[in-house]
Amino acid sequence: MAQTVPQDLRYTQDHEWVRREGDELVIGITFFAQEQLGDVVYVELPEVGAEVQAGQPFGVVESTKAVSELFAPASGKVVARNDELVDAPEKINQDPYGAAWMIRITPKDLSELDALMDAAAYQKFVEEQQ
Amino acid sequence: MSQEIFPKTSPGTRGLVYREPLIFERSVSGRTGASLPAAGVPEADPADEIPAELLRGPIEHFPSLSENEVVRHYVRLSQINHSIDTGFYPLGSCTMKYNPKVNEWAARLPGFANAHPYLPPEQLQGVLELMWNLQNLLSEIGGFAATSLQPAAGAHGELAGLMIIRAYHLDRHGTPRKKVLIPDSAHGTNPASAALLGYQAIELKSNAKGMLEPEVVAKAMDEDVAALMVTNPNTLGIFETHIKQIAEIVHAKGGLVYGDGANMNAILGVARPGDLGVDVMHYNLHKTFSTPHGGGGPGAGPVSVAAALEPYLPRPVVVKDGDTFRLDFDRPKSIGKLRTFWGNFGMMVRAYTYIRELGREGLRRTAELAVLNAQYLRKLLEEDWHVAYENPSLHEVVFTDRNLKETGVTTMDVAKALIDHGFHPPTVYFPLIVSGALMIEPTETESKETLEAFAAAMKAIYERAKTDPEGLKRAPEKPVVERLDEARAARKPVLRWTPDFEIPF
Amino acid sequence: MRYHPHTPEEIREMLEKIGVSRIEALFSPIPEECRLDRPLAVPEALDERSLMEHLEELAAKQPKVPPFLGGGAYPHHVPPAVDQLLLRSELYTAYTPYQPEVSQGTLQITFEFQTYVTLLTGLEISNASMYDGATAAAEAALMAVRLSRGERAKVVVSRALHPEYRDVLQTYLAVGFEVVEVGFGPDGRTDLEALRGAVDEKTAAVLVGYPNFFGVIEDLRAVAQVAHEKGALLVSCTTEALALGLLQGPGALGADIAVGEMQSFGNGLNFGGPGLGFFATREAYLRQLPGRICGATVDRSGRRGFVLTLSTREQHIRRERATSNICTNHGLNAAAATIHLSLLGREGLHALALLNYRRARYARERLAEVGCAPLFSGPVFNEFVIRAPKDAPERIQRAGLAGGLQIDCYYPELVDGLLLCVTELHDRKRIDALVQALA
Repeated sequence: MAQTVPQDLRYTQDHEWVRREGDELVIGITFFAQEQLGDVVYVELPEVGAEVQAGQPFGVVESTKAVSELFAPASGKVVARNDELVDAPEKINQDPYGAAWMIRITPKDLSELDALMDAAAYQKFVEEQQ
Repeated sequence: MSQEIFPKTSPGTRGLVYREPLIFERSVSGRTGASLPAAGVPEADPADEIPAELLRGPIEHFPSLSENEVVRHYVRLSQINHSIDTGFYPLGSCTMKYNPKVNEWAARLPGFANAHPYLPPEQLQGVLELMWNLQNLLSEIGGFAATSLQPAAGAHGELAGLMIIRAYHLDRHGTPRKKVLIPDSAHGTNPASAALLGYQAIELKSNAKGMLEPEVVAKAMDEDVAALMVTNPNTLGIFETHIKQIAEIVHAKGGLVYGDGANMNAILGVARPGDLGVDVMHYNLHKTFSTPHGGGGPGAGPVSVAAALEPYLPRPVVVKDGDTFRLDFDRPKSIGKLRTFWGNFGMMVRAYTYIRELGREGLRRTAELAVLNAQYLRKLLEEDWHVAYENPSLHEVVFTDRNLKETGVTTMDVAKALIDHGFHPPTVYFPLIVSGALMIEPTETESKETLEAFAAAMKAIYERAKTDPEGLKRAPEKPVVERLDEARAARKPVLRWTPDFEIPF
Repeated sequence: MRYHPHTPEEIREMLEKIGVSRIEALFSPIPEECRLDRPLAVPEALDERSLMEHLEELAAKQPKVPPFLGGGAYPHHVPPAVDQLLLRSELYTAYTPYQPEVSQGTLQITFEFQTYVTLLTGLEISNASMYDGATAAAEAALMAVRLSRGERAKVVVSRALHPEYRDVLQTYLAVGFEVVEVGFGPDGRTDLEALRGAVDEKTAAVLVGYPNFFGVIEDLRAVAQVAHEKGALLVSCTTEALALGLLQGPGALGADIAVGEMQSFGNGLNFGGPGLGFFATREAYLRQLPGRICGATVDRSGRRGFVLTLSTREQHIRRERATSNICTNHGLNAAAATIHLSLLGREGLHALALLNYRRARYARERLAEVGCAPLFSGPVFNEFVIRAPKDAPERIQRAGLAGGLQIDCYYPELVDGLLLCVTELHDRKRIDALVQALA
């Protein structure tokens, strides 16, 4: 079942999403990603203060049958981390775009977002994968 | 007579089969199952010599039971466990063949079971001779110059093989080289072993027929590549017909070919990897050579090499000097030791007994019947099930759940449904290059009627998937437990019993 | 052939269904130039009687007396109940429990094994077993390095640790790591000053035996202190698991990882293999724990059940990012140990350990009386090194006994050192005979 892809986000080819909120970017993984993974059991996220690089891994997400690196959609410094996911990783399955946000960063270079897909392009991309 | 399903199985009838709590929950203080001799010597106090903080009394929460209670507990646990002695395991890549009983007798002979590894060689001539014989038999079977029996498992043998390759390159070229080429169909231990030794694993794509193409290898092969790791027949059960040419391509640039011997059952006495350009290979004694799986182990993974690699074998190796056997440690180029002592001798006895019982003819016959069984089963199943690769395979075949796509029934559901029909599921979701893979390897020890009963069960599942997919997805319903919450087990790991153990019986 | 059910008639029918006339045709995917063009140079088949006679002949060549020898493999009494349970088909011919619904027997036994390991070691989590104590030790060192997130690549190991354990460690850590050895003192324990000098901020782990190769019981708490001072982890290695029936658990003394060999419980010597490696550590290190792990959970109807869990650490999923390349545990050996420990029970385990200590102490004291004094002053359990005459092995053999290991092959400076082990298999009479032989 194709879920509608939120319109206000931008997307990577590795199925991360990013949302602009003022001066910060909020990052998580998409509905498609969690569906592919199955029941998420664990997620490893960077410390507040860590630097992330666009296209480089910033963490790991694990399900019962797979493990996947998380790739940063943009470069910047981590200012917040969703620690609720430590005790309740299943939120990633339940609410991937809302309660299961993963990190907030202050971006280095907003033009990096131009390289990402918009909702329509991502929707198409996902359909091709299936 | 082959129209009937014989024998009719009644999987899951339960009368007088019990679920059992943990042994710790059965404990009653004051009971014992031990029978110990009297000391016969002064009852000295350890506190005389050992500092108090290094001593403790009986361990808290250790259970106490009588012998009969312990026996009943483990008998009950055995009864809720499936095994090859109970029924068929069509597990691709595992070679779940019958485990001969004479092997168990042999391994338990006191002269074998009580032999200490550090006794002087004069007192070990029997066990050393057995090892020496087995080394030679395995070398001959695979087409190699020498064999080490030291590795404890297939993955361990693989590690040894890659270490040998690394040592060779360091010795010959002054550098270990940087990369290892691995087909995308390979078993997960292959890239894991390569990574452990600091090699970069380069994935090679199989072609549309599931095979490795020489051109693909040639493109990836250069003087930075230490080795190509290959399984032949590969994990799809398909013989890599270009193996000789591929080996030449690798050798031309100074590289070596590593063979994963997991699928030897298909080619015993028919072809030998050592003759085809493979330089080093590991065997799985618990696959090809009938040693029992033991619920997860132990196994053994001897590694055989071409003459040029013999100096690098793990030490020691068993050698024969005139009429006597001994362990040879004087091997300056050896990769060293990979475990304590000399190898999983208990498994060597079993494998040796098996090879001696089968003999030259029996080994070849094994391959013939393994392939016959697989191809017969393929014919029975092909009607309904999508075969991943059209070209012929040998001792195993890979199907997928593609033909059930509209029903929503997946490979996982099919696997669980087979349990209710009295069959252990095949290997599922491996190799990774096949989506929804169902890998089936019957082995040579299954009878025609067992294969037909399995095919009939698969047919019944296929039909039910079309008519009642929701019902099918509830499987398995007959075993002592239904589908288990694996997510919970991983999210909130409970890995031992404690007095406040929360999970209710 | 009795393991091949096929009759000629059945083969004919099967070939017909497949659509070929001969079995040879099924090998057509193998090109001619790849075929072996001769029969295997392997002996002819043997019937069961001949087979059994051949094996009996080989088995008869080893000694029948229990050796006075440990050194990482210990002669102990295995109750017949253990072996008879192990011979239940459903246990020994079972496959790896990847389909948990039909493998609850194997899985529950594994869970009980893991529990026993935590009770013996005093640490919180255990895996489902490893090949042996040496590979467990090597894996512990690798894990300590991983936990340091690659910042520390040095491992400090006591020279009093079993030589083969050190050898295996060197093999596993040959690429990209530094292994430094630290000596021992006249008490047979690791030299703490030397240890302090060797451990630094680059050290991921310190490894010592507990007891060590000389049978000496290390001051584990003091070693832990030295290791922790510089942020290194302490890995204790126990080759004789029975010692843990008398000695304090390594976890209680500060060990961060406790590994070793549990062959002593339920498993015979078997000429050194298969062994039974155990691996226990703190709960915080769970995700870096190598090997298989069994966990408890519930099924759809809320019934308790067991599964292999956290498999994303393992090779079949992580592939090149796996915590190790291990695919196997020693399930049946673990089952044997679990059954044996259950038979011994709380009191029996302690009593057996005490019995071993007392028999060994009696041997030590009597040997000292005849001039074979202990080489080291440190406390021991059931294994010890004495100063013995050069021809000790021959004397022992002439007396119709077996065992004793001259350790100068591993420690050239310990010229007269003879390693002996005394267990519940050696009664007073036999010990007296040993003493007489060496007097």
